[in-house]
Amino acid sequence: MITMKKYTYTEKKDTRSGFGAGLSELGKKNPNVVALCADLTGSLKMDAFQKEFPERFIQVGIAEANMIGIAAGLTIGGKIPFTGTFANFSTGRVYDQIRQSVAYSGKNVKICASHAGLTLGEDGATHQILEDIGLMKMLPGMTVINPCDFNQTKAATMAIADHKGPVYLRFGRPTVPNFTPADQKFEIGKAVLLQEGSDISIFATGHLVWKAIEAAEQLAEKGISAEVINIHTIKPLDEEAILNSVAKTKCIVSAEEHQMNGGLGDSIAQLLSRNTPYPQEYVAVNDSFGESGTPDELMTKYGLDTVNIVEAAMKVFNRK
Amino acid sequence: MNNSTFAQITLFMADTAQLQKICSQVRRDIVRMVHAVNSGHPGGSLGCTEFLVALYFDIMKHQPKPWDMDAKGQDAFYLSNGHISPVFYSVLARSGYFDVAELKTFRKLNSRLQGHPTTHEHLPGVRIASGSLGQGMSVAIGTALAKKMNKDNTIVYSLHGDGELQEGQIWEAAMFAAGNKVDNLISTIDYNGRQIDGDVDKVLPLGNLRAKFESFGWKVLEISKGNDMDAVLTGMNEAKAATGKGQPICVILHTEMGAGIDFMVGSHKWHGVAPNNEQLAQALAQQVETEGDY
Repeated sequence: MITMKKYTYTEKKDTRSGFGAGLSELGKKNPNVVALCADLTGSLKMDAFQKEFPERFIQVGIAEANMIGIAAGLTIGGKIPFTGTFANFSTGRVYDQIRQSVAYSGKNVKICASHAGLTLGEDGATHQILEDIGLMKMLPGMTVINPCDFNQTKAATMAIADHKGPVYLRFGRPTVPNFTPADQKFEIGKAVLLQEGSDISIFATGHLVWKAIEAAEQLAEKGISAEVINIHTIKPLDEEAILNSVAKTKCIVSAEEHQMNGGLGDSIAQLLSRNTPYPQEYVAVNDSFGESGTPDELMTKYGLDTVNIVEAAMKVFNRK
Repeated sequence: MNNSTFAQITLFMADTAQLQKICSQVRRDIVRMVHAVNSGHPGGSLGCTEFLVALYFDIMKHQPKPWDMDAKGQDAFYLSNGHISPVFYSVLARSGYFDVAELKTFRKLNSRLQGHPTTHEHLPGVRIASGSLGQGMSVAIGTALAKKMNKDNTIVYSLHGDGELQEGQIWEAAMFAAGNKVDNLISTIDYNGRQIDGDVDKVLPLGNLRAKFESFGWKVLEISKGNDMDAVLTGMNEAKAATGKGQPICVILHTEMGAGIDFMVGSHKWHGVAPNNEQLAQALAQQVETEGDY
């Protein structure tokens, strides 16, 4: 019988609301925090900050390139700008602006992106970016964070204000189990061990973290002991946590709401190939765009469900 | 005319002569820098020499040392058309941001003077990377807003190429600045009518530029002789006087690409081409060494 740590939650909440709550609290704590939004204040849950700190809220309209540039300029004068729009318009649309005016210029801009991935739902593939982690992690000096639930997103939002340098903070639209303790400190680049195990390492990020917990429970029933680690920071990667876990389990499942190309799984594979390679399976979107549908339907169709993590785990376990 | 006014004007005239001498040296720096590495952009650099010398030696309130990235209590300048880095570097060095000897490292390996300006190598005087066009006006707006929040009553300047205005982000920024009354911003357009592929009006016409900015809600001033130091000083002082009145200010600066070197002037061909040895000698013969070559 495998002993498991029990995770429970009292309610499901959206990670974007965690961002909104964190931003409002930051507004009270840090007078240098400025928020910018490109006509999606309600969707990003930035309305509370806007209401409370109107003199530090900048509505830029539907002009994301200009928003990134203004944010870069605000840092000169000591402000800590947080930009808010959908993940698609936060990254792909403004890649060159981020690359030159933020990353290469080393500016202290926090790019906060909601509605990432398939769980944006019915709006379809034009808005469901699945390449943003890859785009952002390739930029030298960029920190990339994808928290798993409301509490963790709130804590991450507050933590990045104290980090000097550009950050990409990725979150989403659907409500997901809010299980991270509200008082858990968010440490950039420090993975969170959720479940100890000895047969398989499951490294998950964002919305896939809860599904990884569920998968580990199902695997335990099959007599397989899965270790679950929440990699909320994709860059810098917690190499030590990953290598320590893999040294024990000797096989890996990575799980993310992102393309297989350029995502968390890629970062892990690269780390392992430079150290000790072990069999790895990917739970990710395989070189495909999304489509319209409910978040749950899409996660099922594109293979990002609990059952897919279990299947990947069985497969990789048999490859050992 | 009373005595004090007369004194001011005399001083102003003396300043003009001094500034023109600096321009001569800056033009020597520009052609020598691009010649040394057989690359870089002399045309636009030469055209904007009077403008940048006027800004850094007269118009702007700024302090080269100690270098303050945040420009607290100082005016800030952004070069959005980063390819004219030779004139920017020369003027920064000549106004005391770094040693003029460093100009010889331009575009070489391990230099702080990259092909296009960057903060990455920590060169004093540069506050943002530029080169990919169209981004500097947005950045300038950001700093102008930070200054307003900080109750810092200084001015933010930006310079743009005319061809650069073909980038869409410029018009996002133009709309924002007017809509939000960013009136501590002076954005200057280097209107030389040339870009890499030829005349701007042939590549993609800008139409009535003055009317465009005015219709966006900007106060527009024109300096018809952008390579005449007196005209530049008068125009930029007028622009400064127009700040704080609820509108961003656009200065349309009419210049000649390649100004000051007879075989370069007025042609897009010297946008991004370096002179050979013979051409360098010819160019240097036209600009007197006034402050000492680096």
